[in-house]
Amino acid sequence: MRDLTDLGLAAIRDGVAGGDFTATEVAGAFNAAVAEANPALNAFIVTTPDHALAAAARVDAARAAGQPLGPLAGVPIGMKDLFATQGVQTTAASHILEGFIPPYESTVSQKLWDAGAGMLGKLNLDQFAMGSSNETSAFGNVISPWRAEGETAMRAPGGSSGGSSAAVAARIVAAATGTDTGGSIRQPAAFTGIAGIKPTYGRCSRWGIVAFASSLDQAGPMARDVTDCAIMLEAMAGFDPKDSTSLDLPVPAWSAGLTDDLRGLKVGIPREYRIDGLNADVAKSWDDGIAWLKDAGASVVDISLPHTRYALPTYYIIAPAEASSNLARYDGVRYGLRDLPDHAGLQDMYAATRAAGFGAEVKRRIMIGTYVLSAGFYDAYYTQAQKVRTLIARDFDAAFGEVDVILTPTAPSAAFVLGQKSDDPLEMYLNDVFSVPASLAGLPAMSVPAGLDRSGLPLGLHLIGRAFDEQGVLNAGLAIERRAGFAARPGRWW
Amino acid sequence: MSVAPADVAKIAMLARIKVTEAEIAAMVPELNGILAWVEQLGEVDVSGVEPMTAVIANSLRLRADVVGADPLTGGNIRDKVLANAPAPEHGFFGVPKVIE
Repeated sequence: MRDLTDLGLAAIRDGVAGGDFTATEVAGAFNAAVAEANPALNAFIVTTPDHALAAAARVDAARAAGQPLGPLAGVPIGMKDLFATQGVQTTAASHILEGFIPPYESTVSQKLWDAGAGMLGKLNLDQFAMGSSNETSAFGNVISPWRAEGETAMRAPGGSSGGSSAAVAARIVAAATGTDTGGSIRQPAAFTGIAGIKPTYGRCSRWGIVAFASSLDQAGPMARDVTDCAIMLEAMAGFDPKDSTSLDLPVPAWSAGLTDDLRGLKVGIPREYRIDGLNADVAKSWDDGIAWLKDAGASVVDISLPHTRYALPTYYIIAPAEASSNLARYDGVRYGLRDLPDHAGLQDMYAATRAAGFGAEVKRRIMIGTYVLSAGFYDAYYTQAQKVRTLIARDFDAAFGEVDVILTPTAPSAAFVLGQKSDDPLEMYLNDVFSVPASLAGLPAMSVPAGLDRSGLPLGLHLIGRAFDEQGVLNAGLAIERRAGFAARPGRWW
Repeated sequence: MSVAPADVAKIAMLARIKVTEAEIAAMVPELNGILAWVEQLGEVDVSGVEPMTAVIANSLRLRADVVGADPLTGGNIRDKVLANAPAPEHGFFGVPKVIE
């Protein structure tokens, strides 16, 4: 019998609906794959095989009874441990939330269960989604299933959705949820040779997602291909009255609208993204992408996004500022860790709890955020950053007057070796140089696999669309996917 | 602008994070590195530019003022609210004594 874990989301859904195999068989195959791989990859913080089996049993029973099946019926997925899941520990990969059992379900995860998906477990991530390599998790590094040719050095799966990217790439989940604040879906997708899309800000409800930087946080799917992303995003998106920034718009039928016929489409190539010293393999893959989109019928236009170089410093003011405010809730009183030294008062308890519970990168960002919001510095840093953010968004507005979609590399390099950048916060931050601008402007953006670099590691291409135009992004992604013919998989060493 | 050890101690106090002298010493160059890097925003001409308040135009909605409109998060669920508290007492969140 073939290995069911070779199948992606659409193939599983269709196979279950068509009676080729049962949802229970699928869940069993993936549960076994998780049990086998997780000790090596550390992609999951907790596994939930019973959740996957129970969801599968419901799907099999519904099919036997002739009832209609949901759009994700029988598909076992991984859930980033930033989504609150009722009755299942939710930690944001931080000790401060270790043992926290939500009494409620996040809107996005509930929508996925309602669509017939089952949960294989809670996926590891950078602590509070702050990181680009999954090295800030309190539950240990995630190890990428990818290795450079002829090497055994452990590589980063990207971050912050590093458990998600590693699990999808290792074929131990059919797909996974991610969240993206400055690139946390797209950069890990690029590092691991998978597809991932961050939709327009407000498409997916933030309710029940542990907050990092609320004006930037967006959930999205990470899957093996563009079609699977489109199907899963349809299930995740939609208006939610419980999120004040949720978009009250119908969810388009993105998967039905997929086409790689790009005739008439104009693709912008922003000259500011051709940074000094751009990695030669990344530059080559960008050129390949341009040729593929032309082959699909698109015309290519050079554009300018003049404030690009200010996007990262803008982000590293705004995101920490919002984080310092959001993370004020972790006080040792209502949930999570409490550290109460002998004879300590309330203020000492707060400070001790937060010192013991937060990791170094989280503390660093809270400190930066506290500083830029503090009296005397607010205007110089925070207000200035919000003004530059306006200019960055205007750059995109102007560009989208000329073009329909923008093509860039996803990340400045392929996956680096674990530990290589963890000593220098600034060097780590530069990983998000291509992904952060779209986040600051709230635009839909996705990464698709484009090929391998000279050492055999995946590279991604990045598509940015107009607000609400996920379809344009997905279609251009599909055109690249079909022409890149990316079929490489990590060799199985675990 | 740059920070000295006393500034870092003050920021840590404002952020309610206990730090040791050694941690402060390590944080000073790190924070100064990041601050020096974000300082480049000062060179951008922002005259006449409004700060961003919402990336996607949206209007705030009001919900009906009904207790328990969402049964999962509404009223009368004290025990569920307290279930994750590290030190609940007599149906309340327990905290160290704050009034002498």
